[in-house]
Amino acid sequence: MPLVFAGGLLFGFGLGFSHMARPEVVLSFLYLDDLGLVFVMFGAAAVTAATFFVVPRLRERAPLTGGSYGRRLKPFDRKVVVGGGVFGVGWGLSGICPGSAYASLGIGNYPMLAGIIGMFLGAYVQGVWRSKTSADAVEAPD
Amino acid sequence: MLDVTAPLLVDIEAFFPHGVYRYAVGGLFVGLGVAVIYVGTGIIAGASTFLESTLSYVSGASRFRRYRPSRDWRVVFTLGIVLGATVYAVVYQDGAWTTDVQVWRLFVGGFLVGVGTRVGKGCTSGHGVCGVGSASRTSFVGVVVFLLVAIGTAQMTMALGVRP
Repeated sequence: MPLVFAGGLLFGFGLGFSHMARPEVVLSFLYLDDLGLVFVMFGAAAVTAATFFVVPRLRERAPLTGGSYGRRLKPFDRKVVVGGGVFGVGWGLSGICPGSAYASLGIGNYPMLAGIIGMFLGAYVQGVWRSKTSADAVEAPD
Repeated sequence: MLDVTAPLLVDIEAFFPHGVYRYAVGGLFVGLGVAVIYVGTGIIAGASTFLESTLSYVSGASRFRRYRPSRDWRVVFTLGIVLGATVYAVVYQDGAWTTDVQVWRLFVGGFLVGVGTRVGKGCTSGHGVCGVGSASRTSFVGVVVFLLVAIGTAQMTMALGVRP
């Protein structure tokens, strides 16, 4: 748990430092006025790629949990495209995504509460809907 | 991915009015956060599952119930994100910073983000950082889709005169 917290601290500090916690900066990227945000995503992905590649070759299991080292691979289906599209409309409209919204609160941006409440509502509506339509209920948890 | 290769070669600085330092360093920290958790626990932490796992505290719907085992550490991770950003703000920022983006955009956009990230199996950190870092084809597709749609939406919003 302390390690998860420390990881969160680094993650949030990074979102603050990169200015991605400010919706204006994300929007200026999507307006194609300032493409710097590309470096946030690829900078971060470069670190995770190196970690996910090297660590499993050095150790069998994680010291704190005994968990195995895997990669984040999810099956592809139509939902990835549909969900990605809906996410894109929301991201493009507001300039917020989950991680940056949490971090935004941390830099004192209280209007972001509206965005976070919106995200919870959206997650709630789709969750209740999909729990009823059941096909997803048996899907393995991730 | 972005069709700007030609102009980039012509005048690269016009596209980076704030330089790249803050973005690259920030990105490294984001990646480091994920890496630290992975090395210690084997867990690959994205930001958006927190929404559903936290809803499992108040709802018994099966979509949320399946995240019960991870809901406690996800709260801790999210609190870390908030406080990490606060550390940044205390060190580098002059007091609190608030957005001028209209509240309805945050709310409606947030709602769509909440639906989309869960239906689409990931967000900017899940697909963009963890999935791309895993060389996951699913995540590459996810990122390309939401990036292109987001750019299109933002351009359209701007064309309609919605600012800020």
